[in-house]
Amino acid sequence: MKTFFRFDRTLRILLLSFSFLMAEGSFASPNKMKIGLVLDKGGKDDKSFNSAAYQGAMRVKEELKSFVKYVEATDDNAFESLLRSFAQKKTFDLIISIGVSQVDSMKKVAALFPAQNFAIVDGVVEAPNVRSLVFREQEGSYLVGAIASMTTPPDSSGTIKVGFIGGMDIPLIRRFELGYRAGAEDEAKRNRKKIKMISNYIGITADSWNNPAKAKELAVSQYDSGVQVIFSAAGASNSGLFDAAEEKRKFAIGVDSNQNWVKPGRILTSMVKRVDEAVYRSCKDVADSKFKGGVYQFGLEDRGVDYSLDDNNRALLTPAMIARIEELKQEIISGKVQVPDYYKKRK
Amino acid sequence: MRLFKNLSQFIKPIISVLFGLGLGLLVTQIAGEDPWNVLGILVRGAFGSKYDFGMTLFYTTPLIFTGLSVAFAFHSGLFNIGAEGQLVMGALAVAAAGIHFQSLPSFVAPFLGILVAVIGGGIWGAIPGWLRARRGSHEVINTIMLNFIAAGLASWVTLYLLKNPDSQNPETAAVAPQYLIGQFSFFEGAPVSMALFLALAAVGVVWFILWKTVLGFEIRAVGQNEAAARAAGIDAAKMRMIAMAIAGALAGMVGIGEVLGNADRFRVNFSPGYGFTGIAVALLARNRPFAIIASALLFGALHKGATDLDLETENVTRDLALILQALVILSVSADGIWGWLGERSRVRNKKQWVNSSLKSEIGESQN
Repeated sequence: MKTFFRFDRTLRILLLSFSFLMAEGSFASPNKMKIGLVLDKGGKDDKSFNSAAYQGAMRVKEELKSFVKYVEATDDNAFESLLRSFAQKKTFDLIISIGVSQVDSMKKVAALFPAQNFAIVDGVVEAPNVRSLVFREQEGSYLVGAIASMTTPPDSSGTIKVGFIGGMDIPLIRRFELGYRAGAEDEAKRNRKKIKMISNYIGITADSWNNPAKAKELAVSQYDSGVQVIFSAAGASNSGLFDAAEEKRKFAIGVDSNQNWVKPGRILTSMVKRVDEAVYRSCKDVADSKFKGGVYQFGLEDRGVDYSLDDNNRALLTPAMIARIEELKQEIISGKVQVPDYYKKRK
Repeated sequence: MRLFKNLSQFIKPIISVLFGLGLGLLVTQIAGEDPWNVLGILVRGAFGSKYDFGMTLFYTTPLIFTGLSVAFAFHSGLFNIGAEGQLVMGALAVAAAGIHFQSLPSFVAPFLGILVAVIGGGIWGAIPGWLRARRGSHEVINTIMLNFIAAGLASWVTLYLLKNPDSQNPETAAVAPQYLIGQFSFFEGAPVSMALFLALAAVGVVWFILWKTVLGFEIRAVGQNEAAARAAGIDAAKMRMIAMAIAGALAGMVGIGEVLGNADRFRVNFSPGYGFTGIAVALLARNRPFAIIASALLFGALHKGATDLDLETENVTRDLALILQALVILSVSADGIWGWLGERSRVRNKKQWVNSSLKSEIGESQN
């Protein structure tokens, strides 16, 4: 009897450990959600747009316990080939494209694999299996434009000078610029001051996202002409602006990710675009089996775009300014303040 | 003896390639991957399916053109680093023609496309050729500078003259549909077009020009010994200009496959450095036209295979493909190693053999 008992116990332990192993195995492969991420050519370390997407994916990996594979494209033809490679495996629950340059590839591949779920950030692809994640960048840009306007003291002739640096000259970035301009001008008008905005673009190719030297050059010349604050929407090139702000003891505004930490005390705020949040929510919907295609807009009201406030920039903005910005934010959300949209203006 | 020589010329690059690949795979071992697995992914990524193979061929096509371009200039003794700019000008010319002449009948249109690609690239090659021949400025500097000018010009034309208003990307509007050369459906959507066969035909034409015509002979004579060629009555300056124009035309033909066979339009920065990889392609093929096909295929396969490497492995990224390519080029260009391995006398014999064969060829032409 005693021996049988011991045998029984051994068997139980064995069975238990075996079932545990089995469970562990099944946990590792088939039940785990798999996410594929195709980044734009800037790469995951641009501290800005792609970084935000990457961070969202990493949050998915940790919080939703899923498998995440990310790739960076080598050239424009590689987008399609990478998307296909992901889709062909048929094991990925969601494949996410980051950036407008993938729209054409996404159109083709989504049509080829109708059973596969896709998502694309910044571009719109009309297909039942694609979720397009787009942002109202003009709203966040309007807020940081107002911040630039209210923090800049007028020069000897009574004019406020603010600056803008765009990365690649494409409609998307023009949308940032137009929102920023409107915010800066409206705020100056309310305070009965004259305003002048200087705007430059780094270039018209994808290299513009990765050219900090040119960004610095443009920033230095803008600062030298009397500009106090520059907002730059230029991906990894932004680091050049921050260097210039530090050197010239002037101020900068970051973009996409919260960049306040990069040069504390020199960065007034960042126009955050929550690509990470959009990526995370889409993956969450897949995990909850609620994923649908269609166009998903993110704006101020759902904090898809926002200005950033943390310990790195709190000292730069007075409570009165913050109160004013919060007020503006509510006015935009309620529709009292209309922010011009470059996409609509063009048509 | 001659057969042995040919055989060893054939085998040496293969050994070099294998050596370079082996070295590269060793690097992946250090990065923490199983090298055999990496090799497997590379091969499957490049040849695994009809689509993958199609993509490999798609990358191979422009590399044949640029490889030929570099090799052709090399035969005249010039180093064409400007294939990148020439192919941009070729592609831009095709797009401009396709947008400008909308109502051309469909049996002329593709041929006009090919013609303007040749002319666009040819002019861009002829400029440094002329500067070198008549002004003596070095073609390496000129071709590099012309690359920048081509990139700037293409950006400007794209953005201000031919812009596609519906797109966020820097690209021109689409060319008229009758220009397009169809893609082969066999490759399941990979953009393999007639341009591939055009490239193969170009290989034959280049071989014919270089070895079966007086022009080719004179170009090679200038490349091998300018003084001797001059003494034999060859206009060296003219030959170099012609060689550079043809080299430019060959590079410009990349635009046919890209604009008419793939994107339907000119996209700024469409080339992932085809012009520069072309230098490696020519180097590996030792400037021999038919060997360029194999060498372009190798680099095309590496480019395509490496894309999947990023996707399939944990630690290896697209940059590894660049390391692999670099190691292959390094081991191929380490030509001196063979001389060092062999006897010094063999090297001396080779020199004598080259000199005597050149003398006899020049002698023939004078008769």
